[in-house]
Amino acid sequence: MTMRDIRNLILSAFAFGLLALLPLYVSGYILSIATTMAMFTVLATSWALFSGPTHYISLATAAFFGLGTFVTGLGFQTLPMWLLPIIAAGLGAVLAALVGLVTLRLSGVYFVIFTLGLAELVRQVVTWVQNRTGQRGMYVLTSITERDIYWQLLGMAALVFLVGWLIARSRLGFALRIIGNDETVAKHSGIDTAAAKILLFMVSGAAAAVVGAMMAPRYIYIEPSTAFASILSFQVVIMALLGGTGRLWGPLAGVVPFTLLWEFISRNAPNQTLLLLGIAFLLIVYVLPGGFVGLYDRLRHRYGQGGQ
Amino acid sequence: MFFILITGLLLGGTYALIAMGLNLQYGVARIMNLANGEMLVAGGFAAFWVYTAGQVSPIAALLVVAPVAFVVNWAIYRIMLRPLVKRAKSRGALEVDSILATFGLSFALVGIMTWFFGGGYFNYSYLTGRVDIFASSYAQNRVVAFTIASLLAAALWIWLSYTRAGLRMRAVAVSPDSARLVGIDVPAVSALAFGLGGAVTASGGALISMFFTLDASVGVLFTMKALIIVIMGGVGDIRGTIVAAMILGIAETFVARVIDPGLTLAAAYVLFLGVLLFRPQGLFGRTPT
Repeated sequence: MTMRDIRNLILSAFAFGLLALLPLYVSGYILSIATTMAMFTVLATSWALFSGPTHYISLATAAFFGLGTFVTGLGFQTLPMWLLPIIAAGLGAVLAALVGLVTLRLSGVYFVIFTLGLAELVRQVVTWVQNRTGQRGMYVLTSITERDIYWQLLGMAALVFLVGWLIARSRLGFALRIIGNDETVAKHSGIDTAAAKILLFMVSGAAAAVVGAMMAPRYIYIEPSTAFASILSFQVVIMALLGGTGRLWGPLAGVVPFTLLWEFISRNAPNQTLLLLGIAFLLIVYVLPGGFVGLYDRLRHRYGQGGQ
Repeated sequence: MFFILITGLLLGGTYALIAMGLNLQYGVARIMNLANGEMLVAGGFAAFWVYTAGQVSPIAALLVVAPVAFVVNWAIYRIMLRPLVKRAKSRGALEVDSILATFGLSFALVGIMTWFFGGGYFNYSYLTGRVDIFASSYAQNRVVAFTIASLLAAALWIWLSYTRAGLRMRAVAVSPDSARLVGIDVPAVSALAFGLGGAVTASGGALISMFFTLDASVGVLFTMKALIIVIMGGVGDIRGTIVAAMILGIAETFVARVIDPGLTLAAAYVLFLGVLLFRPQGLFGRTPT
């Protein structure tokens, strides 16, 4: 660990400490936006852990998220609250492992297509099971407040950042960067590419499921069509790519402006959110490849501070 | 049982046409077009509009839908996608870029269509009589849609197999680099294939709107199905596409009739899983050497 690492760690801990104080000063609408931002920060950062180095675009976030909300919805009355996110993480990792085993041995296109329909598939199966058992949606009535959810998500964000930092320094992170640059080279240098990809995809899937489990009390009423709404997957992809996946803090730089923009558009022109999503995708491809992180690096390079 | 088989085949015929459009775009132009389903919905909207506004039959509408869709898709390729092909360093980079760009296009199209037509479902009644085949009766519009889809698919197949332009297209599908060496204008052929693929898909949309209730956001479901068909049949393989579309049509009809109509995507996924696990190169594909 170098001095730089220690300094960054202390700074990050300090920033998290400050953010944890937020609910003491604000409440209501601002706190709800902050909670949404915390949620997307965890989702986008954990998405980028896998998709950043490998360039495999995962559209399965909504499937994992929905799984997590259902874990809370089904278990909150019988199981202790602290156990639910752990179960969600386990189930999320299992689902990710299954998807990874089927698709990640093959090329990236299969993976994208498979994850594209995954949330809808899980939704259809859950709806079918509910219809057969005569059960409809369910109420999640708990004493958990918006504040608690915010703190939980913040803690989860800290955990994801820590895990991301550790992975980047580990052999696994190194292996993934090689896979992202050239998969053939990776194979020839003795890396088990499929295993490395599946492992990281499991981390990403587990994190999204945990977020779902934590967010469930906020929705109060859970049903398949809202829990597995696939738009969530796309929002996460946009935010992560807008910020840039090259650095750990990149997705955060996309989450903050995009959440505000989304909030503004859905309040003033609720029918135009899809158009916004489309334009954001196009902007990223044509104007901002690499996101804000890429832009920042290019600017730094141009003004002569890039050579370290 | 026999009824399910025929109904499935009738559905599969239209699926085949849609998937052939996607296959042209992915196989020849090398663009994984995730806005394909929105082209379909746009074709369906056009047919709906001319039928309700002017009592023009959806079949006659094809004469307008197909050329317009061709021009629109051709322009999309030249303006939006060609720069990505030029800038891509590898096939993988192009895939990521084109997936993101066509996603953007798809959302933008859904947004625009919702703007114009609203978010509701739309359908119209056309040829609602029955046709008797082997002692069971089937909806007339389904049979007509199947017949026209088969005719269009057959025409496309013959064109690809027996004309010089079709030969050029197949050459680019096999290897763009080698095609260039024998004097084929690869960008022009790619743009042509992309436009043609869009026209075929939009025609499929106009046909499907005769018996299927569409709404502005249903496109992604069709994209998904078309992708599964293309992968199952093998990229660039017309025969495989047709067989895979029939299999999907029958499987979906079976699941909808016997188990639950809400599980059609699950049926498609079961097939997809089987293909991924046992024949990732497609039904008739050979293992790449």
